[in-house]
Amino acid sequence: MQYTLLILVLPLLSFIVLGLVDSKWKPKVAGTIGTVVLGIITALSYFAAWEYFSMHRIAGVYEKIIPFNIEWLRFTDYLYINLGILLDPISVMMLVVITTVSFMVNIYSLGYMVNEKGFERYYAFLSLFTFSMLGLVVATNIFQMYIFWELVGVSSYLLIGFYYTKPSAVAAAKKAFIVTRFADLGFLIGILVLSFYTKTFDFGILTSGDTSVFASTVGASFMGISVMSWALGLIFIGGAGKSAMFPLQIWLPDAMEGPTPVSALIHAATMVVAGVFLVARLFPLYIVYSPEVLHGIAYVGAFTSLFAAIIACVQTDIKRVLAFSTISQIGFMMVGLGVSGNGGHEGVGYMASMFHLFTHAMFKALLFLGAGSVIHAVHSNEMSHMGGLRKYMPITNITFLIACLAIAGIPPFSGFFSKDEILSACYEFSPYMGATMTFIAGLTAFYMFRLYFNIFWGKEHKHQHTPHESPFAMALPLVFLAAVTVFAGWIPFGHFVTSDRANYDIHLDFSVATISVLIAVCSITLAIIMYRKESKVPKKLATTFSGLHKAATNRFYIDEVYIFITKKIIFNNISLPLAWFDRHVIDATMNGFAGTTQWVSLKIKGFQSGQVQQYAYVFLLGTLIITVLVLFI
Amino acid sequence: MDLLNNILAGQIPIEAYLGVSLIMFFAGVYGFLSRKSMLMILISIELMLNAADINFVVFNRYLFPGHLEGFYFALFTIAIAACETAVAIAIIINIYRNLTSVEVGNLDQMKE
Amino acid sequence: MAQQIIFFVLAAIIAIFSILAVTAKQIIRSATYLLFVLLATAGLYLLLGYNYLFAVQIAVYAGGVMVLFIFAILLTNRPGENVKTELAVRRVAAGATALVGLAFCGHVIYWNIKKVSELAVQADITPQQLGHSMLGTDKYQYLLPFEVISILLLACIVGAIMIARKR
Repeated sequence: MQYTLLILVLPLLSFIVLGLVDSKWKPKVAGTIGTVVLGIITALSYFAAWEYFSMHRIAGVYEKIIPFNIEWLRFTDYLYINLGILLDPISVMMLVVITTVSFMVNIYSLGYMVNEKGFERYYAFLSLFTFSMLGLVVATNIFQMYIFWELVGVSSYLLIGFYYTKPSAVAAAKKAFIVTRFADLGFLIGILVLSFYTKTFDFGILTSGDTSVFASTVGASFMGISVMSWALGLIFIGGAGKSAMFPLQIWLPDAMEGPTPVSALIHAATMVVAGVFLVARLFPLYIVYSPEVLHGIAYVGAFTSLFAAIIACVQTDIKRVLAFSTISQIGFMMVGLGVSGNGGHEGVGYMASMFHLFTHAMFKALLFLGAGSVIHAVHSNEMSHMGGLRKYMPITNITFLIACLAIAGIPPFSGFFSKDEILSACYEFSPYMGATMTFIAGLTAFYMFRLYFNIFWGKEHKHQHTPHESPFAMALPLVFLAAVTVFAGWIPFGHFVTSDRANYDIHLDFSVATISVLIAVCSITLAIIMYRKESKVPKKLATTFSGLHKAATNRFYIDEVYIFITKKIIFNNISLPLAWFDRHVIDATMNGFAGTTQWVSLKIKGFQSGQVQQYAYVFLLGTLIITVLVLFI
Repeated sequence: MDLLNNILAGQIPIEAYLGVSLIMFFAGVYGFLSRKSMLMILISIELMLNAADINFVVFNRYLFPGHLEGFYFALFTIAIAACETAVAIAIIINIYRNLTSVEVGNLDQMKE
Repeated sequence: MAQQIIFFVLAAIIAIFSILAVTAKQIIRSATYLLFVLLATAGLYLLLGYNYLFAVQIAVYAGGVMVLFIFAILLTNRPGENVKTELAVRRVAAGATALVGLAFCGHVIYWNIKKVSELAVQADITPQQLGHSMLGTDKYQYLLPFEVISILLLACIVGAIMIARKR
């Protein structure tokens, strides 16, 4: 399976070539190169997945294959950083997801980003991102994952700030990078703590089930919490930053300043699930050594999910609705991991979480690309500028509807299967968790259909020119992703990805399924009543719950809290004094040195005055002194 | 006391001569360091040279009575001093032509 | 006895007039005082028994150099005009230096000199002796310096003419 190296190397080469050439070639050439490269690696990923999953299992478990592992940095005998490729069920699945979505986005951008300045730069960055994300998921050791983690952050920054002349885009890019970087501090400390006790970075050794590696952590604790809990909790913080869990979710809505295909690729399907992937990768450790952290992850995920769902119900910018929906669904995935046990039936949460990751990537990308299609037609992001678009954009309409049905959890679309498994895992964990997640599922259905009806049904808005359907390049990915969304639900995921890599047959829990479908249908009906035709109900509800409505529209003021903390507390009380100190003490010292040197030089200048008598004077004094010294000392 | 006796006995001690030349020399030093006119500085140089001459002659007379080294040294020193004074005065005349002043404080710039 | 008196007179002249020479307000007076000092020095030489040096001193120094000085002074100053005074600081500093030097050298001399009061009687230097030693080529004979001095004098004449030429 050595060819998997190509899957990583080709996008990197594409990035270098497109980055160096920039605008010397025609934009079409850059676009074609990017897309073709992506097409090649998508085919390679499918082939790799087929080869991997049809391989014979050993002891009923898929084995981990490591085609490459080259040593990069060696610190001591047992501490070294490798760069390599690790193939195991979740990484192969992620390869398929990432390459598919990236390929679709590349094709879509051929139509969406046409005539944009910086077209070649865009494709270069897309390739860079694809390379980084692929490197992240196939990392053989946690440090390699960290390196690619940072690279993904950089690519995200570059792509969010793609329209760098817009101040809001620049601010959003900075915010994204700084918030995730801040979370990565926790990640790094977690890595260091973990590797300090286990003396290794390698995933193979860490997750092999060998308890001797963790022998030194037994009994070690800090402030009452065991060391492993600290390490894994800190590592989760890193994942929470990338996956926009509360309270680090502030960057994701602002990241919608980037071009819509970028939002589809990075902030819906791939980068934001990096946190989920991290927890899944280290799942054997979480299960055995800190189950309480795992439960904490579940609670954080549940809270985030609820929080984001409430906010999504009142947003008017379609991309913001989708952003909050993403946060909510990632919350689902985290909950799925959090409530999971290990192996067989207890491990259904893990499997469901990964399944939901797969299906969510597909239909969320579809939703974003569809939104991009609408934005391209209407030239605005606001719902008030849209309405009744189903007459003009049939393909977008149908595909968007399919995606909304999937995310609402209506059978037979893929979202139903994955969400249902998560819900049944939640009910097994605790009835309250199950109830909460079901309620959130209902909210999801409601706001998604609110979005759908506001765009495609309802009163038409007067447009400057009639909206038209998207060109072929943009329509093709929509159709492809819609097809996947329809059929992916029937994949027997348990055959491929489970918590212990053994086989697991999914069976549908009918009580859970019925309840969730019922709630989804009720929510959709509610949305139909409120939004299909123009009606007074939304305004009445808004005024009745005006406090909650206002708070939700302003995203519960979390951004204001952050700004308060940074500006009033940190800037005023820490940064300003430090800046004063720097300018008046340190700079003053340096200036003092310079000033002293100048003063000394001014004084010494006098020695070369050209005055003969002064010279003679000095000469005489010198002679006297030397004579005295010679005669008396 | 001893000195006075010696003096009255008809011998002039060497320290007396050396003292004289000392006074002359340091008068020259004072003049060199504190006068403004270039010619005054030259005069001070002459004083210093003469003091040195006296020293040579005195040492020759008192310590090396049969030899003539000190004598000739003083002789040639006088000749050299005369040459040097001539050239110095030529230079001063030239300076006077250019600057209309012979103050030594005006001579502190290098050639442009 | 006579020697001491003559010596005291000459020494007094030298000391007083040299100090006056460097502190005179008018430069002509300074030159005049210098002339007296040179004459007194010549007298000292004579007292020590060096007749030839006495003659050379008078002829060259008092006669040649002083005339040159008078010329230069009169060419560059208006006679009778007072010399501009220097800063007091400068005078004090120079005076202090001179005094320090004087004290130091005086100390060195008077500390180290062995009392050589015996003035060995020296026969006069005869002209023949002088002539042989000045123009002889043996060791301790000064033909070479003599010739070199003549070249130096030539160089100095040419140089002085070159420098002070009218352009």
